[in-house]
Amino acid sequence: MSDVAFRIPLVVLSDIGRVISLMFIGAGLLWILVRSLRAKEVDRRIVFLFIFIAVAAPILFPITFQERATLIVRRLFDKVESLPAGSRVLLAFDFDPAMAPEVQPMADAISRHCLTKGHKVVFMTLWATGQALLTQSLERVVKGEFPEKLDGVDYINLGFKAGNENVLNIIVTDFRMMFPTDVNGVPLDSTSIFDDIRSCKDLDLIISMGGGKPGIKEWVLYVGDRVNVPLGAGVAAVVAPQLYPYYPKQLLGLLGGVKGAAEYESELVRQYPHLEERGTPGLRMMGPQTLAHMVIMAFIVIGNISYFISRRRERKR
Amino acid sequence: MKRQIPIIITFLIGMIMIFSFFIPPLEGLEQTCSLFFDVIAVFAFFLGGGNLMRIHLNKLRRRKKDWGFSIVTLGGFFIMLAAGLLKIGNPGGIAASPTTEGSLLQEIFTYVFLPLQSTMYALLAFFVASASYRAFRAKNREATILLIAAFVILLGRTPFGMMLTAWIPESFSVLQVPNLAIWIMNSPNLAGQRAIMIGIGLGVISMSLRLILGIERTYLGDESV
Amino acid sequence: MLSFPVTGQVIDTVKAVPDSELVVVAPVTSLIAADHKYDDGKMIDLSWVPSIDDRLVEGNVMGYKVYRIEGDSEPETIAELAPGSNAYNDQSVERGKLYSYFVSALSSNAETPSIRTAPIQPQREWLNIELINVLIMALVLGGAVIYFIETARRGKKLFVRKIAGLEAVDDAIGRATEMGRPILFIPGILDMDDVQTLAALTILGRITRVIADYDTKIFMPVSRSLVMTAGRETIKASYQAAGRPDAYSDDMVTYITDEQFGYVAAVDGIMVRERPATVFLLGAFFAESLILAETGNSVGAIQIAGTARPAQLPFFIAACDFTLIGEELFAASAYLSGEPKQMGSLKGQDVGKAIAMAAILIGVLTATIGEAWNVEWIQHITTGLRDIFSTR
Repeated sequence: MSDVAFRIPLVVLSDIGRVISLMFIGAGLLWILVRSLRAKEVDRRIVFLFIFIAVAAPILFPITFQERATLIVRRLFDKVESLPAGSRVLLAFDFDPAMAPEVQPMADAISRHCLTKGHKVVFMTLWATGQALLTQSLERVVKGEFPEKLDGVDYINLGFKAGNENVLNIIVTDFRMMFPTDVNGVPLDSTSIFDDIRSCKDLDLIISMGGGKPGIKEWVLYVGDRVNVPLGAGVAAVVAPQLYPYYPKQLLGLLGGVKGAAEYESELVRQYPHLEERGTPGLRMMGPQTLAHMVIMAFIVIGNISYFISRRRERKR
Repeated sequence: MKRQIPIIITFLIGMIMIFSFFIPPLEGLEQTCSLFFDVIAVFAFFLGGGNLMRIHLNKLRRRKKDWGFSIVTLGGFFIMLAAGLLKIGNPGGIAASPTTEGSLLQEIFTYVFLPLQSTMYALLAFFVASASYRAFRAKNREATILLIAAFVILLGRTPFGMMLTAWIPESFSVLQVPNLAIWIMNSPNLAGQRAIMIGIGLGVISMSLRLILGIERTYLGDESV
Repeated sequence: MLSFPVTGQVIDTVKAVPDSELVVVAPVTSLIAADHKYDDGKMIDLSWVPSIDDRLVEGNVMGYKVYRIEGDSEPETIAELAPGSNAYNDQSVERGKLYSYFVSALSSNAETPSIRTAPIQPQREWLNIELINVLIMALVLGGAVIYFIETARRGKKLFVRKIAGLEAVDDAIGRATEMGRPILFIPGILDMDDVQTLAALTILGRITRVIADYDTKIFMPVSRSLVMTAGRETIKASYQAAGRPDAYSDDMVTYITDEQFGYVAAVDGIMVRERPATVFLLGAFFAESLILAETGNSVGAIQIAGTARPAQLPFFIAACDFTLIGEELFAASAYLSGEPKQMGSLKGQDVGKAIAMAAILIGVLTATIGEAWNVEWIQHITTGLRDIFSTR
């Protein structure tokens, strides 16, 4: 029996699953709407159940959408794209496993982009839990997809340093005072990538990814505002609104949440189609996000209907 | 004297940090003070860890309610401590980074810690939904404006926003949902955020002055305030 | 051994190549060495115009080497830069010594040095003049706070508007007492070096006086060891001041973990098991804010929250009964104490707000008019205003 024969049932199963889950959500919301017309409130556990289905269904039966990068994302993409090969880019992985689902896709996409362009990439993190995520990313993206790149020549992993913004206070004038060696104990002076990097002033681009503290604000305050190096950011969606004041002066571009990651990935794949096969988790996650947003909006409408009807009844009394 | 010394230290360090911003030769002092705090905070780990162990060992010894969970807490504490300090299973040996791929610490991090943390963060999806259902009611004018803005942003973060309003002509493109969402983020939201940030900045200055000048001493346990 | 003449003379870097096969590139020009302004005499800035061969489409320039000569010593290489470079900051100089520099343009087998700069000595500046505007602003704001503190100390009554969240504190504590359920106080998840944590602890000191009087139980799980120590001191002092030192116990304040979501899981567990009647969420919060607030809501607690992190305010406003927005958190301890000195500092903040509002109004007007009608002198006002509030 050929491959095709096995694939067809899977595709059909996927379509059936998609249809069934959408019908279930639609019917369920309709039932709750009918209840709300009788001014009945919805138990929070019902809300949780619908959210669970809205997020799980598009993961099990993939739903993806086309994305187009907005200007705020495209500016960062264009900067990475326009830098000449050999430019020195610092990527700070300032996030923990909780933020990883949102921020890791953009971190991987940006790393992939920098290495494809031939930039020299310095990896570091201000978060203790970020170091393990950084290691994973290096294994997956750098060593896995770019085996020809050499540690200490094309990229370097400085790892984690405790001290939060104090680390930035120091590396803005002297990297070696804070990081005498890389994460494997190799002195920076013996690496060629750090031959002409003394401090943050010698970098061509800094991109901080995260959303907590220490994070983008600290990079803007302690590094961006003090040296004339372009600064970009990739953050969890909930943090993005408070960073808009820094765009476009202090932040050249900003990726917000899964949408930002999806937009960057779509630009990357448009520019380098061969990278699509390496995975686009951001684009894949837009399916659950979209459906969950629709369910939340439906519940807000239902909640308001229930509220207005009960208020009218009280007035009549 | 017990209260005076911390107040004097707070005043001196506060003044040094302020002056070092304006006086270049003192810039190094600012960094030194920051490093001092980090060293003190690291020593405080022993206090916290000791407190954690004392509470749970006490629970175990007296077989208090839910004492079984204390075994889990203490077990996790000591296993991670041993794995990190002794570099158990680390391919590079005792000299390598604790998070080298293949080490016990990295394995526990990847297969236990990561999923647990992601699970806790995932709770937000459910709580956002239940909080939105409860809170976004058009009770008054301001609440209605909040509701409409929330709708536009929710729709704007999905492809449906563009699909629904693609028919709007280019001259009115700001009314297309994704552009409207961006406008809301960039204009009214930004104005509000900036106003709050200015207020916070002034509040921090006032609070910091009260702390540095010793007017506010409650955090030191000063009963007279 | 290479010799380094004052005038640019090509030096071959590969001895075996005959002179006729050397790839000669033009030297850099306009090399300037200047003392870095407003530092401790530890940096010299170099700038130059790159080699003309570097600016051609198929240039032969492979990079640049920066040489430094200290006094009369031999030149040493201090940096190797990529093609296109036109500046370098030498941060390894010492005050009091004389340095001169030259930059060589590198080809594949030769280098062409530039003319050497005149000797320069790095200087120390005692005041960063570029930050004078910040200094003046700091003096104005600090002065205003101190002025109003003195005014209040002399007996003048100062008006402060009602803050709903703080007015509700006594009722919230009373509710817990009546219901016989404990109070949960969560001071955020940052350490003692964050001003929000300090603000939370000052509020803690005020409310535990009332709690001690009412003999209500209080739990304070913390995520930092230093906060645990400070929290214990604060609560102990309050109980002593209330005349109830026997009622205090160290177990009121417990350290959980520094890890954000481990802490949240533990606090959620405490909320569900102990079912507090009142929950105070005051301090710096991050993603866990909604998880804590919703769990508190689900156990039927009255919740008073406050944070200076704008990203978390919407979650607290949606899920809590009362929310202290930004500066209200810092004003809380002064508000609750009612002390003249503390209240005076709140008025001082208002001076800063008045300055900010005036600057915004003038700036918006001048920017709009200047752009719309292209009036130059109005545009100068806008630029001037921007420079006054700039920190660069």
